Amino acid sequence: MTTTTIDGRTVHTNDEGFLTDPTEWDEQVAETLAARIGLELTAEHWRAIRFLRTDYAAQGETATLRRISTVGGFPVKTLFQLFPQKPAKKLAYVAGLPKPQGCV
Amino acid sequence: MTITENAPLVPDFGTTDTPRKLAIICSKGNLDMAYPGLVLANAALGEGVETHLFFTFWGFDMIHKKTMGDLKFTMLGNTATHMPQGLGGLPGMTALATHQMRKTITDLGIPDVPEFLQQIVDSGGHLWACRMSADMQHLEQEDLYDEVEGIISASDFIEKTAGAQLLFI
Repeated sequence: MTTTTIDGRTVHTNDEGFLTDPTEWDEQVAETLAARIGLELTAEHWRAIRFLRTDYAAQGETATLRRISTVGGFPVKTLFQLFPQKPAKKLAYVAGLPKPQGCV
Repeated sequence: MTITENAPLVPDFGTTDTPRKLAIICSKGNLDMAYPGLVLANAALGEGVETHLFFTFWGFDMIHKKTMGDLKFTMLGNTATHMPQGLGGLPGMTALATHQMRKTITDLGIPDVPEFLQQIVDSGGHLWACRMSADMQHLEQEDLYDEVEGIISASDFIEKTAGAQLLFI
C-alpha cells in the first residue's frame, strides 16, 4: 500500500497514483489531482465527476467511457474534450476512483 | 507495508505529442470477427493512440450500409462452439446463433456495429475503405457508412499509417 500527501492530508493510492479509498476524496482533492494533470475543472468537468462518483457508489465499479456516455448522457466527443487523450482514466483519477476495468 | 511517497504520485497519462499510432485491417464480415477490431480500436483511442481502421474484402460488410447492421454468426466451420458441426447446417441455426450472440453482446452494454463505429469516430478514430473491395462489389462512397473518410488504395493506407503498429483481423 502506498500513501501520498494531498493538500497536507495523507491519502492511500495504488502504485500508479489512483486513490484507493473513495472516502478520502473531496472536492478540494479533485481540484489538486486535476491540477497535477494539467486540468482546470469547469462546471462541465464537475458534472462528469459527480456522475462517476454516484455511479461508482451504486455499481461498485468505475464506469467505462461507454457507460459514462450512454448512462450518464455525456457525448463521447465532449469527454475527449474535457479530459484529453485518456478520458476514462483521467476522469477516474480526478474523481478519486479506481481506473475502469471494462473493455468497452 | 506502507510506502509513503513524498513526491506527488501521478499516473502516466502520456503527453499530447505521443507518437503511438495503430492501424487495424478488418477483413472479416462475420459478427464475431467484427468485434475484435472494434474493441481494440476503441481501447486504443481511449489511451490516446491515433487509430486508423481499413476495411477490406469481407470486412466491407462492416461499413456497407446494407449489411453493417445485419452481420451474422455461424457455428459452421467454427469448432470453438464445441457443438457438433452437423448442427450448424440445420435450417435456422445461423439465425439462432446470431440472435444469441447479439443478445450476449447487448447484455454486456456493448454497442452494435454501426453504433460502435460512431463511438470510434467520436473518439477521434479514422475509417477507410479499400479501393479494390469497392471495385469488386461495385460500391461507391454513398453506399458506405457516412463516417468513412474515403475509399483509398492499399498503398495509400500504408502511407497514411507510416510508423504505426498494425493488426490484421
